[in-house]
Amino acid sequence: MNDATTTLTRETAPVPATLESPDERRRRIRMGVLALVLAGIGVLLAAFTAPETVTFALSGQLADSPLSAIKLPALPVALALAACTVAVALAHLLRGLSGRLGVLLWAVFGLAFVVTFLCWAAAGKTFPLTNQLQGTLNLATPLILGALAGVLCERAGVINVAIEGQFLAGAFAAAVLATVTGSLLAGVVAAVLAGVLIAAMLAVFAIRYRVNQVVLGVVLVVFASGITGFLFDQFVKGESAKFNNPGVMSAVPIPVLSSIPVIGETFFRQTLLVYTMYAAVAIVTFVLFKTRWGLRVRAVGEHPRAADTVGIKVLRVRYQAVLAGGVVAGLGGAFFTVGFTGGFDKDLTAGQGFIALAALIMGRWHPLGATIAALFFGFTQQLQGQLQIIETPIPSELLIMAPYLATVVAVAGLVGRVRAPKADGEPYVKG
Amino acid sequence: MSRPWVRELVVSFAAVILALVVGAVLIIVSDADVAATWGYFFSYPPDALQASWTAVSDAYTSLFLGALGGWKPISETLVQATPLICAGLGVSLAFRAGLFNIGAQGQLIAGALCAGWVGFSFELPVVVHLLLALAAGLFGGAVWGGLVGLLKARTGAHEVILTIMLNYVALYLLQWLLTTDVLQRPGRNDPISPVVEQTAQFPNWPGTRLHLGFLVALLAVAAVWWLLARSTTGFQLRAVGANPEAARTAGMSVGRAYTIAMLAAGALAGLAGAQQVLGTDYPLTDGIAGSVGFDSITVALLGRASPIGTVVAGLVFGALNAGGLQMQLQTQTPLTLTTVLQATIVLFIAAPALVRAVFRIRAEGTGTVLAKGWNA
Amino acid sequence: MKLELRGLTKRFGSLVANDHIDLTVESGEIHCLLGENGAGKSTLMNVLYGLLQPDEGSVLLDGEPLTCTSPGAAIAAGIGMVHQHFMLVPVFTVAENVMLGRERTRGLGVLDQRAARTLVRELSERYGLAVDPDARVEDIPVGVQQRVEILKALANEAKVLILDEPTAVLTPQEIDELIEVMRALKRNGTSVIFITHKLKEVRAIADRITVIRRGKVVATVAPDTSESELAELMVGRPVQLQVDKRAGTNLGGAKLAVEGLDVVDPQGFLAVDGVSFEVRGGEILGIAGVQGNGQTELVEALMGLTAAASGSVKLGGRELVGAGPREHLEAGIGYIPEDRSHDGYVGTFSVAENLILDLHSRAPFSRNGTLSPAAIRANAAQRVEEFDVRTQSVETEVSALSGGNQQKVVLARELSRPLELLIAAQPTRGLDVGSIEFVHNRIVRERDQGTAVLIVSTELEEIVALSDRIAVMYRGRIVGIVGPDTSWDQLGCMMAGIPPEEAAQQAEENPTVLGALEDAHE
Repeated sequence: MNDATTTLTRETAPVPATLESPDERRRRIRMGVLALVLAGIGVLLAAFTAPETVTFALSGQLADSPLSAIKLPALPVALALAACTVAVALAHLLRGLSGRLGVLLWAVFGLAFVVTFLCWAAAGKTFPLTNQLQGTLNLATPLILGALAGVLCERAGVINVAIEGQFLAGAFAAAVLATVTGSLLAGVVAAVLAGVLIAAMLAVFAIRYRVNQVVLGVVLVVFASGITGFLFDQFVKGESAKFNNPGVMSAVPIPVLSSIPVIGETFFRQTLLVYTMYAAVAIVTFVLFKTRWGLRVRAVGEHPRAADTVGIKVLRVRYQAVLAGGVVAGLGGAFFTVGFTGGFDKDLTAGQGFIALAALIMGRWHPLGATIAALFFGFTQQLQGQLQIIETPIPSELLIMAPYLATVVAVAGLVGRVRAPKADGEPYVKG
Repeated sequence: MSRPWVRELVVSFAAVILALVVGAVLIIVSDADVAATWGYFFSYPPDALQASWTAVSDAYTSLFLGALGGWKPISETLVQATPLICAGLGVSLAFRAGLFNIGAQGQLIAGALCAGWVGFSFELPVVVHLLLALAAGLFGGAVWGGLVGLLKARTGAHEVILTIMLNYVALYLLQWLLTTDVLQRPGRNDPISPVVEQTAQFPNWPGTRLHLGFLVALLAVAAVWWLLARSTTGFQLRAVGANPEAARTAGMSVGRAYTIAMLAAGALAGLAGAQQVLGTDYPLTDGIAGSVGFDSITVALLGRASPIGTVVAGLVFGALNAGGLQMQLQTQTPLTLTTVLQATIVLFIAAPALVRAVFRIRAEGTGTVLAKGWNA
Repeated sequence: MKLELRGLTKRFGSLVANDHIDLTVESGEIHCLLGENGAGKSTLMNVLYGLLQPDEGSVLLDGEPLTCTSPGAAIAAGIGMVHQHFMLVPVFTVAENVMLGRERTRGLGVLDQRAARTLVRELSERYGLAVDPDARVEDIPVGVQQRVEILKALANEAKVLILDEPTAVLTPQEIDELIEVMRALKRNGTSVIFITHKLKEVRAIADRITVIRRGKVVATVAPDTSESELAELMVGRPVQLQVDKRAGTNLGGAKLAVEGLDVVDPQGFLAVDGVSFEVRGGEILGIAGVQGNGQTELVEALMGLTAAASGSVKLGGRELVGAGPREHLEAGIGYIPEDRSHDGYVGTFSVAENLILDLHSRAPFSRNGTLSPAAIRANAAQRVEEFDVRTQSVETEVSALSGGNQQKVVLARELSRPLELLIAAQPTRGLDVGSIEFVHNRIVRERDQGTAVLIVSTELEEIVALSDRIAVMYRGRIVGIVGPDTSWDQLGCMMAGIPPEEAAQQAEENPTVLGALEDAHE
């Protein structure tokens, strides 16, 4: 009899094919229309592209070799690529793109759009491509570190809106300590401690006192801004030489790899902080998805009670994850001063922490996704500077808005498929 | 201790005291002379205690006198409180509908931009011009906020991200327009607009910077109170804020509620922007918003997202700002200390359990839960 | 392993959830803990499992005192628990869920996924609990999820296994499988504590039964105790086991006509697949089925809360597909949602406000967009009286009321307008017996006034007790619509997707333990 019932319950009805719900269809059409509008802008730009040559300068190292620059006829290339974007947009609008092919096609869409734009903007001029890539990496480094910090927190179920505050604290601590001790390494260590300090406040108030985490994040940003500003006003400002002259980390070329044209210059002729960022991406990804601790972090972020019932200390794991995030965010903060500008100024992070938060969400709470989103933001920010130099018709203030507008578009367009960890932002109460 | 509001008042007061203690510690450790006396604390304690007491009491005395020591300081407190109350009301209103409006800053900029433009671009009769400029401010803020509500309603995008991003877009838009003919003062190369016409300025109380905008703010408080407590629209906003699923099941449109809440919240922040440009600043600059938009979030939190509470919180923060300026002038204690104080107050208030633990206040009931995570 | 609880007491503020509980479970015994919702069964087990700390009393395991300060300690002591609401991480695979908390690693904290998979396979073969270790939990049916929960406990080599209301998600045939598993465990010397509020299954399953009422042990009895005796012990007064329901006399024409309704869920699967049925005025149509077979989506589509992909829903001849919840309510549909705290009321609103949640914009509750507090209070006073809502005042927050009174608030609101159709989803889930009786009587009374009534419940007992006709849902389809006197076993087979005639035959050939009891009763 048992056999009979076993076969009954394992009914062999075929798994139904997936269909599109009305909500899903609405979302696809919305996204498709949006993409089509963008593609339309691309076509317009292409149509107004001067029929000249656009030069993408690659490398100073190879001045006379054929690799020194890529020269393209601006108009035909722009038209062809604009056509690509229209094709992808239409494909999504009519059929819907999904899966790996979808990801690939969207990447094509993005790349084609960007190059179309560059052809229009730099027709008849030289666009310094290697500069663009190096700048992208530099601007993206703190964003990536910040977003990784967010990934660690939020995978464990604690929303981190305070990345900006961690940046500020880290940047300040790095600048002052590096100047006072004369050691950049000491500065970086100080930044890590400062990042952890803000993280500890986040953890205690969110986990122990169950304060609403979005509120908490905003307040911590104000707090960090206030306290770094106060200390800066009180004793750093008047005595820059004594407290605020840390210098900048110098690039450490990696032997062999750094001599690869373009790639080597971009990725392997960087400061130790940038190499640390590479390591952080790899480590966070590995730890979250391949280790015991990572499994537990994800469990407490998705279903803390389930984790509790199998004997996992939910609060302890959350504390650990938030503090680990503090370490990473502190590194990101250090980059602003000792890795890049060489000095602290009030609110010098200028909202990059919030951009890192956006990268985290656009990257769907995945370390690699967040990294790609951060690189995208770094790219647009660098582009703005580059285009100012080669004097394009677009005012730089408008380009500066690009990452923010892109985020709005992405959040509005992608939502629905994007899912935060289930228990993100919910304090855990036993019993 | 029995009534909830008494308890909350006690907790709020305790939080202010705690924040002042934190501030005092900061003053002591950051003052090189005072810190030096602590170096020999164990050989001669009175020096350190005396120096610390002097530093702290000087700073706080000038803070207090600068905020409340006479009609002039009080009027300055009211001036500072005016935009905080309005923008704080916007944040509060959105909270009640379950929305985190981090975007008061952007909405305020949009409002100031529109109000300022109407204020200096036209020549109109006295009352008409002011009303029109005010309406433009409300409109600008409402558009900037309503956009968020609409996007949230239509696509489900999270308002925290949208508002943060639109804050930057508004700022850069203003910066850009200030370099174009639309806003830039003729003959100037720096980003500054012409001065708002007299006809569009809020009349001042003679001898002070206090302007009619303060009364407008109080009117806004009354209007928001009525909306939330007595209107069917407010009933819907509160229901959606407390339980959107149940509200939807009861036939309410959640999307409509979000849109209305953000339109109104934006209009209130826009009003704050109009008050800034028509009441105190007169020309538009890219610093028109100061940090009012961000401070208004903390004001709303301190005010427990209620209209009356927001007024009280706005006045407290206004006093801190006005007093902080005097403190900076007289004792060289940086104004940024008030930012720390404000953040600390809100932090303590958000964690009532902590304050109760420090002051051993009996715990009863639970704190207000505003909204949840990204998935909400 | 022998488990003893001595004088175990747990208080929440002034409420005593467990009052000096004494309980002995012998080694290799299936011990049923019977009590109605809110009697304190789950609290007791959470104390035993270390999720809550007792205020007084002790636990002895094979005579040794045991203090469980955390679930980890309980697991280490050999106590396993299958929770009523599964403690599974939906986005993890089966293997990940089973290894969570007891992960084996290959050094440096790196997970050994292969070992986990092997363990799941071994265990599932040994106990006949078929699962795919690589399937994601959110993708598998609830019945299979329960197997994963049991596997988790077995992986920890539990000597005492607690099953909290495990039959709620199973068909009668699956319950038989579960009984087999429990007997296999019993043969190994494992003690099983089986928590339930259902009278039938305790008699079929238990070696001994302990009845709990209002946090106290009332009696420990043998399984041959009669159902009415058990019921009286459980509730504290004689209980009428059958709903007083004479067949509807006021039968009208078809009010609700559903034709070819399809609903697609967010994952892109057909949650409701070509469903057609009619409900006539003065008739109760019950929809039976294991949880998660499309009932929720069907109800949401009928209320306009989810858009239908295709098909038609007509109420009194008027097409409702494409209309929103507002229009549905205005068309005369009353709705009791399955998760009342989620969809039924606003917890932080007062009783009075909740009673006008869907009527607030109409006179007399508001005029020209302004609320009329007096009218709202008057209405509330009247409803509270009529529906016997136990509340301090009409200004009390609904979240402060008991589950039964919360449901009465929802019921009072929904039945306060003239209705064409009443949709009640899981109307008595989590309620005590008194409230269940009240709700059932009000639903029958509504039917007798000529309203068409649609009841969705995963409790077969409730469906059989209330329905004039029964539709069984399986994987989004209606397997068949049958009369109210259909046997449990046939309904059970239909709940596994077998068409009515074949199901009748199967049922006759393979009677189940519960089915036999139930049908004997009738």
